Parts: sequence; C-alpha cells; structure tokens
Amino acid sequence: MSDALLTLSGVHTHIGRYHILHGVDFSVPKGRTTMLLGRNGAGKTTTLRTIMGLWRASQGSINFEGASIEKMDTPDVARAGIALVPETMAIFSDLTVRENIVLAARDGPPDERRLAWIFGFFPALKKFWLSRAGTLSGGQKQMLSIARAIIEERKLILIDEPTKGLSPAIVGALIECLQELKRGGATILLVEQNFRVAQEVGDLVCVMDSGRIAHAGAMADLAADDKLQQRLLGLSLDSHQ
Amino acid sequence: MSAAESQTLDAGAALPQQKTDYVPILLPFALALVAYPFVGSFSTWLTLTLAGLAMGMMIFAMASGLTLVFGLMDVMNFGHGAFISVGAYLAMVAIAPMAGYAHTDALGPGLLALLPAIALAMIGSAAAGYVFERVLVRPVYGQHLKQILITMGGLIVTEQVLYAAFGPQINPLPRPEALHGSIDFAGAAIEKYRLFVVIVGLVVFALLQFLLTQTKIGLLIRAGVENKEMVEALGYRIRRLFVGVFMAGSALAGLGGLLWAFNQEQAHASMGGEMMVLTFIVIIIGGLGSVGGCFIGAVLVALLNNYTAFLLPKAALVSTILLMVVVLLWRPRGLYAVTSR
Ligand SMILES: Nc1ncnc2c1ncn2[C@@H]1O[C@H](COP(=O)(O)OP(=O)(O)OP(=O)(O)O)[C@@H](O)[C@H]1O
Ligand SMILES: [Mg+2]
Repeated sequence: MSDALLTLSGVHTHIGRYHILHGVDFSVPKGRTTMLLGRNGAGKTTTLRTIMGLWRASQGSINFEGASIEKMDTPDVARAGIALVPETMAIFSDLTVRENIVLAARDGPPDERRLAWIFGFFPALKKFWLSRAGTLSGGQKQMLSIARAIIEERKLILIDEPTKGLSPAIVGALIECLQELKRGGATILLVEQNFRVAQEVGDLVCVMDSGRIAHAGAMADLAADDKLQQRLLGLSLDSHQ
Repeated sequence: MSAAESQTLDAGAALPQQKTDYVPILLPFALALVAYPFVGSFSTWLTLTLAGLAMGMMIFAMASGLTLVFGLMDVMNFGHGAFISVGAYLAMVAIAPMAGYAHTDALGPGLLALLPAIALAMIGSAAAGYVFERVLVRPVYGQHLKQILITMGGLIVTEQVLYAAFGPQINPLPRPEALHGSIDFAGAAIEKYRLFVVIVGLVVFALLQFLLTQTKIGLLIRAGVENKEMVEALGYRIRRLFVGVFMAGSALAGLGGLLWAFNQEQAHASMGGEMMVLTFIVIIIGGLGSVGGCFIGAVLVALLNNYTAFLLPKAALVSTILLMVVVLLWRPRGLYAVTSR
C-alpha cells in the first residue's frame, strides 16, 4: 500500500500493568475514511490514544508519512498534522467557544472563511460563540470538539465516537460535515458504534477485537455481509435498523 | 475587527447573558458589612478593613503562583515559601544602596527606592524558581508523596543557604520614609504603606487577570489547568508552559515576601515557611487552580483575621480554619472549582 498515510505494525500498548493492545496492524490510506469498529473494550480508544502519543506503544511501530512517530511526544505528533477528537470531547469548559477555537488554531487567528464553513454545519457554535463552553449541551460540546480538530487543515483526523448521545438531527449534520471533509480530500480515522453512520461515511473498515485487528477490508463489503457483521460485531439485522 | 467577527460578536451579544458566578465576589463585601456593627466605630472599622485588605493582597501574591502550579501540573509545592524568604532578602540587598532615596519623605524618591528592590526580588525569585523546578520538581512529576518530601527539603535548604549567607539574626528592614506614617481620612488613620500594598496587589491581580483572559498564553494556562492532555493534543508543549508558570509564580511569591518583610520591617529566613499554612488554606478556599478564587480567598481570610483579632483576640487563629470548613461545606472544591479533580 503505497498510499498509506498512517501505518501501525505490531503495536502493543500497556496501561500500567495491563496489556491492552496485542499487536495492532493496519493502515489508513490517504484521502479516505477508515472506520475502526469493535465491541466495547476492544481497544479502539486505546489505539487512537497510542497514535496520538497519549499512551506510549510498548512495542511495534507507528509510521506517519514515512516517519516513525511512536516515540514522539503528543505535541509533536499534533504538529506533524494529526488532530484528535477524543471520546470525552475534552472541551475546555472554563473557556468560551471562541477561546476553544482560538487555541485549536495553532498557526494564528482562526481563518474566517473556514469558520463560516464550520458554522454552516454547526450553527449552535455561532450562536454560543461567546458563551462558556461548559454551558453547552452534550451535542454542542461534540460539535465544538470536532470544530477544534478541523479549524485548520490537518493531514489526519482521529475521531472517537462522535455520535454518542447525539440526536438524529445532529447526527445528520455531523455526517454532512464528514462528507464535506471527505470531498475536500481529508483523511479520517473514525471510531463509531453507529453502524448506519459507519456505512454512510466509511470507505474502509478495520474491526478490532481484544486488542487486535480481527478484520480489515472495504466498508461496503462488510455492510453487505450480515454474517460477517454478526461474527465480528455481534450485530443482528434488527439492531441497526 | 472584520465584518464577520463583529457579526459573530453580535450573535453572542443577542444571547441571554451567561451566568457568571458572582456570589463569591460578594463575600468579602458581605463580611465587611457584617463586621461593621460589631466593631462599632467607623474609623476603627476602616482601619481594620484596610489592614485586612493589605494583608489579603500580600497573601494573594504569595499564594497565586502556588494555585496555578498545582492546577496546571498537579504539583504540590511545599517549598513555595522559599521564594517568599528569597524575595525578602533580595529586597534587603537592593534597598541598602538606595538609602539616600529611602530617607527622604517625598513620595516620588521613596517609591523610586523600592523599584530596584521589587525588580531584584522578583527576578531573583523567578531564577530561584527555575532552579527549584529543574532540580527538585521535575524528577518527581506525578509522585505526590515524593513531591511533598523533596519540596519541603528544598525549603529547608533554601532557609539554611539564607542563614549561611546573611547570618542567623533577624534583619531589620525599614520602609522608605515616604511610606511611614498615615493620612487622615474621615477620622481614621490610613496607613500609607497599607494603601501602597493594596494598590500594588490590585495592579498585580488586574495584570494576572488580563494575562489569563486576554492572551493566548493565559488561555493555554487555563485550558491546561482543566485538561493538560488536550492542550498537548492540540500541539502545545505543556512542560514549557509549566516552567514559565512556575517562574512567574515564584516571582510573585518573591514580591509577596518583599511586601510582607517591609510590612514587618524585618527579614528572616523562616518567614516563608511560616506563611505556608496560610497560603495553602487560601488556595483551598479559592479552589485549586483558580487565581480569582485565590484572590477572594486571601482577602476573606485576611479580613476575617483582622476583625476577629480585634473583637475576639483568642479566636483569631481558629477563625481561618473555621472559614475554610464553612466554605468547603458549602462548596467542597472551593469557591471556584476549576479542575476536574
Ligand atoms: N486507563 C486505563 N486503565 C486501565 N485499563 C484501561 C484504561 N483505559 C482502558 N482500559 C482497558 O483497555 C481496554 C480497551 O479500552 P478502550 O477504551 O480502548 O476500548 P474501546 O474499544 O474504546 O471501548 P468503547 O467502545 O467502550 O469505547 C478495556 O478493557 C479497558 O478496560
Ligand atoms: Mg472507546
């Protein structure tokens, strides 16, 4: 795979004395959206945090644009062009929405055009621009967390379960935002429990189980194969209608 | 401002105003009002209040760095008092050659005499802070017990170094003549030095607030107090930020030490250690990591201390502890809870 932007090979991660990732192998091709699926506790969040340098890989290598990043500190990983939307959203609640965005825009004041583009998907951010982020609703916090990751163009965007707890209308806005990012050529690694969302935005899919990749392939193939879904995700037809 | 930005500003302004938590801000005023009928005489009340405010400003300067250092990196610095002592001694060193200025009672030269002392105390304490962070704190990140032991050790070593350099005696440190005495106001004697301290304290607080709310570095500090992992994931090196905060906090403690030493008109090496309990109480009352809370906490503690010392001298010490207990019963994480801890 010559077009791989990110490649994990044999990545092991220990958290304290727990061995969480047991040799994770997969790559994220450039310009595509790769889904990372798996049951609760499979190690998806741990994988994203390991890529970001928030957990240190105890073994194996992580290659980004041809360079090893597994020993880099988190700020350097970020500056290499990787953005993270964490599972916890991790917005700065004491700061205003504007201030959250100002910090996310490392290279100077936020670009007005890009901001207007983001407001197009997430009008609530515009409405609450000067409010403390802590007063936002859960869904609005999620929008802010995503907005922080895309306010400047990044080479790779890691997103951890963005639809958790969102209303269908907002999930729609989110899908629209992801589609638009894709059209702009963005590379995304997306953890998602909502299979419908995964089906709609994913080009490729990796399924994790017990700290390993159990399956990798095209999203469309997995979506078309109920038996495979059943085996990998424990999904039955009526659970994702 | 561009059109788009003013538009977004308008969008914000059209909102129902966000609730700012004003209750803690009202507390010092409430306390002063409640104390008034007990004290009885206006002039006594005014004197006590001003003394309390001045004391509060000094405690604030000493404690503000401590609360940020804890908030940002979870570092328990029991050696923070070292910088208070260092500031006091450096003030003594710097004021000596200014004796000519210090002895006139004109206000201009009198204040001028203080400038080099303030500069030396702050720069020197910041430098001491840098060494302290590098040598003692950095090796024990994330290990609270070791932090407590090693920073306490650092305080003791600093005290001993000061004794070795300046001798074991208590050193007299007269204020510049211009800051002696008092001015009459509504029948109350307003001590000039206290007025000066209040002004310095307010300026320091205003500058800190400006830094923390209006500059990117300040925003990063506040963001880091809340979630340092996310600050790093956005691409900022929190360690570097922390060293800066540690040094600035040390400089403020040095300033606090200078103000306190001139207030007592003496400097000695153990004065920093003696203030530590008070500073810890203040930052706990204020909410760990909150500069605003620290300011209100310091003023509250000092006012209450002054009023009770006048009304019920024996209860003065207990009052501080009681205040902390009451505040924590009301708000278990302090007046302004910033961190998720
Ligand atoms: N800080 C931690 N300390 C100890 N164990 C942890 C920690 N974080 C995660 N784990 C463990 O690692 C395993 C993988 O967790 P992870 O959060 O990566 O799963 P996940 O696939 O993201 O699950 P979910 O879908 O529920 O978010 C789990 O068994 C979890 O208990
Ligand atoms: Mg997870």
